[in-house]
Amino acid sequence: MIEVNRDGEVWVFAEQQDGKLNEVSLELLGRGKVLADKLSVTMAAVLPGYEVNSLADELGAYGAEKVYLVQDPLLHEYQTTSYAKVLCNLITRHKPQIVLYGATAIGRDLAPRIASAMRAGLTADCTDLLIEDFKPPRSDQVHKNLLQQIRPAFGGNIIATIVNYDRWPQMATVREGVMPLPSRNGKLKAEIIPESVELSPEYLPLKILERHTEQRKVNLKASRIIVAGGAGLGSRENFRLVWDLANALGGAPGASRAAVDLGFIDHDYQVGQTGTTVRPALYIAVGISGAVQHCAGMSQSAKIVAINNDPEAPIFQMAHYGIAGDLNDVIPMLIKSIKERK
Amino acid sequence: MPYDCVVLVKQVPDTQAVTGKAMNDDGTVNRGALPAIFNPEDLNALELALQIKEEHGGTVTVITMGLPKACEVLRQALYRGADRVILITDKRAAASDTLATSYILSCAVKKLGRFDLVLCGRQAIDGDTAQVGPQLAEKLGIPQITYVEKILKLDDDTIIAHRSIGSGWEKVEGKLPILLTVMDTANTPRPPGVKRMMKYKKSHSKSELAGTENTEETINFLKSKGLLIEEWNLEDVQAELVWCGRDGSPTKVNRIQSVVLTATGHKRVEPTEEGIREMVHELIEDHTIG
Ligand SMILES: Cc1cc2nc3c(=O)[nH]c(=O)nc-3n(C[C@H](O)[C@H](O)[C@H](O)COP(=O)(O)OP(=O)(O)OC[C@H]3O[C@@H](n4cnc5c(N)ncnc54)[C@H](O)[C@@H]3O)c2cc1C
Ligand SMILES: Nc1ncnc2c1ncn2[C@@H]1O[C@H](COP(=O)(O)O)[C@@H](O)[C@H]1O
Repeated sequence: MIEVNRDGEVWVFAEQQDGKLNEVSLELLGRGKVLADKLSVTMAAVLPGYEVNSLADELGAYGAEKVYLVQDPLLHEYQTTSYAKVLCNLITRHKPQIVLYGATAIGRDLAPRIASAMRAGLTADCTDLLIEDFKPPRSDQVHKNLLQQIRPAFGGNIIATIVNYDRWPQMATVREGVMPLPSRNGKLKAEIIPESVELSPEYLPLKILERHTEQRKVNLKASRIIVAGGAGLGSRENFRLVWDLANALGGAPGASRAAVDLGFIDHDYQVGQTGTTVRPALYIAVGISGAVQHCAGMSQSAKIVAINNDPEAPIFQMAHYGIAGDLNDVIPMLIKSIKERK
Repeated sequence: MPYDCVVLVKQVPDTQAVTGKAMNDDGTVNRGALPAIFNPEDLNALELALQIKEEHGGTVTVITMGLPKACEVLRQALYRGADRVILITDKRAAASDTLATSYILSCAVKKLGRFDLVLCGRQAIDGDTAQVGPQLAEKLGIPQITYVEKILKLDDDTIIAHRSIGSGWEKVEGKLPILLTVMDTANTPRPPGVKRMMKYKKSHSKSELAGTENTEETINFLKSKGLLIEEWNLEDVQAELVWCGRDGSPTKVNRIQSVVLTATGHKRVEPTEEGIREMVHELIEDHTIG
């Protein structure tokens, strides 16, 4: 636990594996910079690993002003205990006021271990982060410029805003894909600060015998246009309509959980709270009712078109264009008019 | 070699059953209107512990922290084969966040003394935080393997587990004592055993019986039959109060909002060729599609 410290930096844990940075760390640099600017402090990345110098430069290009670089052969592979030890040591040494992690398999394994050791607060799976003042109920004291940690709770049915004002650092894990990826600027350079943390084999209690990673079949996050289909498509065969419309638009298909559960399409395509979070230029929801858990993953889309034969479907409340009609009629008409235009 | 397993389970509101009635007019969730259930992935953790016991011998102890009514999940654990169940309940533990919760649970596990494996669910569906497991491991000073899908080997003091890492999997080896968090893909939890259900459905804890008739007699009767659920408070587990409840919780809820999603500039499009052509035209004009 560290004291409340108003000039503490904003930190982003730079997650890397096999010499590759996880994209969510770069997304966090974008938001981290906004928070740091608001607080008039420095935004730094913390990069533990081995032979990762080039990644430090990459973090600079995405906006990190400083990179705390901890290199050690013992950090070659991620392990909870060794990485937690590194982060705890650096936090105690430099007293950042905010530390952000991606809500990945690694981030969600690591951050609680650090929070426990530091006796600090941690909010899981945030979808938004802001700086605002906070006055506790029944108290006159206003806590200035706190990190507002915004996350869905209760199965996505409510949005909770969490703060921690008396024990720092303020820490959060952030869901992948909810913050825009900042653009890369090769001219930006971070100040690189080599750090050392004494590690011994006792900090590596596990042996990783084998690791197998699969490339995701689809990268929905990168798609400018997504045509997502729901239970309303009725069958795997009929789901073809979604693929056809996506092809006509040069976009990618997506799906609701109901469509995935019904076997219309693979889980990799699921959008929503337990799927991917997307923010495309255009999101077309076809035969999707608009459950909060689905909307949590697509509400940030720039333009939303909904096609549903139930005029009361909740999805219409968030659509910029609502088409109340049978998708079996509407999709062919839509494909036709897109082709006409080309 | 026999293993002593401790399983941490939580009673949670069934957030998958949230319907209109479960929302208050001000948009908050009416917890009372939701059925309370055994946190789904904690059933997978319990199942894994029971399988370890069946294969290697040993014991399965189940602990929950919550209100007296959380005894229901302990009974559910007894029906499935738990050897010993313990309720931690104390008003001063109310409003504990994951840090305070893991602290209190760590005090309880330490009070048990001997253990080889501590098993948690991956996450609880009321908050989906997945924090209590790793925090508990840290407080116990033992390693953790999160997202466990399978135990490949358990031999002497060595465990090899298969864990999911989102985009793939890992096979890791560790030494006991160790904490595992268990995924729903690990197994299919067994249903309650009928015989055990007949035997244990009458088991209750002291505070669960508070306010009923002939409390004292019932307690003595249950005790004599071995059916009284053990109950610990914060003194029993020697928890320091500063680390418990609201005081021990760094995170505070600032506000809660119900989810209202609306778009600005909403437009109804007629499901006709003309209406759709018009929309496509607008989307091309503003460079949404090109
Ligand atoms: C903890 C939790 C996490 C979840 N995570 C996710 C998630 O990540 N992603 C997700 O999507 N869901 C998620 N869900 C599920 C979510 O609550 C909904 O059940 C799901 O999104 C519904 O999918 P749907 O809209 O396709 O199906 P439905 O709700 O069944 O809607 C089908 C729609 O199709 C319309 N329709 C039917 N026929 C036609 C036709 N011929 N033409 C036009 N329209 C038609 C109907 O009017 C209806 O509105 C989650 C739920 C929980 C509890
Ligand atoms: N009050 C509690 N009592 C017992 N175990 C708990 C409690 N809260 C959390 N756990 C355990 O920690 C896991 C993760 O919980 P959470 O961090 O709330 O998602 C659960 O699946 C349980 O195994």
